[in-house]
Amino acid sequence: MPGRRRLRHVPAVALALLLVAGLPLVAQQQQQVDRPGDGAQVYPDPGQPPVVVPENQAEAPEKVVAGLSHDAVSITTSFDGSDILIYGAVKRETPIPEGDPLQVIVTVEGPAQPLTIWHKQRRVGIWVNTERVEIGAAPSFYAVASTGPLDRILLPEWDSRHRISIPLAMRSFAGPVEVADTVPFTQALIRLREGSGTYRLDEGSVTLTEQTLFRANVTLPANLIEGDYRTRIFLLRDGRVVDVYRAPIEVRKVGLERWLYRLAFDWPLIYGLMSLAVAVVAGWGASTAFRLLRRG
Amino acid sequence: MQIYLPIAEVVVNPVTLIGLGGVVGLMSGLFGVGGGFLITPLLFFIGIPPPIAVATGANQVVASSVSGVLAHVKRRTVDFRMGGVLLAGGLVGSWLGVLVFNMLQRLGQVDLAVQLCYVVFLGLIGLMMLQESLRALSRSRQPSAPRRRLHEHMWVHRWPLKMKFRSSGLYISVIPPLLVGLAVGVLAAIMGVGGGFIMVPAMIYLLGMPTKVVIGTSLFQITFVTAFTTLMHAVSYNTVDIMLAVLLILGGVIGAQIGTTLGARLRAEQLRILLALLVLAVCGKLALDLFLTPEDAYSITTGVR
Repeated sequence: MPGRRRLRHVPAVALALLLVAGLPLVAQQQQQVDRPGDGAQVYPDPGQPPVVVPENQAEAPEKVVAGLSHDAVSITTSFDGSDILIYGAVKRETPIPEGDPLQVIVTVEGPAQPLTIWHKQRRVGIWVNTERVEIGAAPSFYAVASTGPLDRILLPEWDSRHRISIPLAMRSFAGPVEVADTVPFTQALIRLREGSGTYRLDEGSVTLTEQTLFRANVTLPANLIEGDYRTRIFLLRDGRVVDVYRAPIEVRKVGLERWLYRLAFDWPLIYGLMSLAVAVVAGWGASTAFRLLRRG
Repeated sequence: MQIYLPIAEVVVNPVTLIGLGGVVGLMSGLFGVGGGFLITPLLFFIGIPPPIAVATGANQVVASSVSGVLAHVKRRTVDFRMGGVLLAGGLVGSWLGVLVFNMLQRLGQVDLAVQLCYVVFLGLIGLMMLQESLRALSRSRQPSAPRRRLHEHMWVHRWPLKMKFRSSGLYISVIPPLLVGLAVGVLAAIMGVGGGFIMVPAMIYLLGMPTKVVIGTSLFQITFVTAFTTLMHAVSYNTVDIMLAVLLILGGVIGAQIGTTLGARLRAEQLRILLALLVLAVCGKLALDLFLTPEDAYSITTGVR
């Protein structure tokens, strides 16, 4: 019976339709899950409407092949920052496409932390923290390097999809937002962190030769936090991301730093007693030394 | 040269830290204050996260007070019995203080409360000491003026439970020193300091102890209270940075010895004027921070409630 057979296909077709319709939604959700520090209850930024961008239809004609000068950073006692050279090439089977030249953006992102932004206001003559905004996850370090000004080489919808520019690097608020306008708070966060050098935007610092070979130098500051850093390299055509390459950088304390850190967290009582012993011995030692000095 | 601190996770210049420890150690030896009220704000200033600054500051105070108290023991200027009574009050007080601190934290204005505490107490004590020591100085310049008595008996001294404090030459009730220890303990826990700058004047003006034994006895009490605080911080919050502490201590113990030697040469009135001026200077700086328009109205702290 042909009629029956056709009917049997209906659920399958409906399911396929549903899948296709749901695809961008799933992609959006994955993007959300991808964010670090999502353990806490996280609320979307009310100021940023979600932007839906269609997925890449076909296999990208241009792909990134890249390497890092080192994929691990060891924090020793004398650690004072580290330079990471990120280099690579664009792999393509077809000739270089016509039109606007290829652009490259490189980001390096440190482990996310929850933080609170406070606003002081004058109350009865004194300056008091009156308002706060709590951010569930903001990177402890974030550097963006590119071949040109971001607003010229990157379309806003692609920016919001991959969260490339600094304002988009931290998005989730922790707990209900108690202030009317969060914009001055997030602006202040970026201003303060750019001032201290932990957030950086180096437009034009990526060199790209012949639309094929590129290199970027990212300086990790001395005030690094231990954890897994991630590097992303974006290839862009006409403001659209055509390919992404991801690579981790492991930042770890080593030697004495590691030993002290583990002791402090795994054996806090022993660590505390050790700190006290150091203090008492040093105090006693100095007292004795000076007495001998005076006598001698 | 730079050095990476394992717990604070910041990079600092070790020379700066040794110098900082030295200055605070000098104060400690000179005046018998632990220096916590100086070291903690100074550490904030060079970018150490506040919880680590408070805990490590306490650890540094232990070292400089041990160094100072040993020098005083040698000179027999510690009243151990009085120190013990003050300590008993102090430990109970700091336990109470931690409860109050947690309550303030839940209300959300702990920073302001701490700053206001500092300004009010430092201001009051500084002015009181300055006025008193200036008066004492002018009196000593007039040989005809009547000599001040060794100590004055106040009504609180006649309370029950009298005890003999031989080194201080006092025979008074134990209740006032217990209360002084308690009050100082509470304030010390809230303000994150040893409390010497409050205890020294309290011992002189409330208990009537001779200035000679006040400094050694105060250092004795501070050593134990700050040791207790350091251990509490290390165990419950992991905020003691031993590398930072070692650097501060290195400068601190040397400073404390120099301070004690200097203190033996200076006269008590001059010492008290210096301490009063120092206390007023710190108070003035903190008050300015409260009243002047901040450079940036926004600030960031890591962590959420």
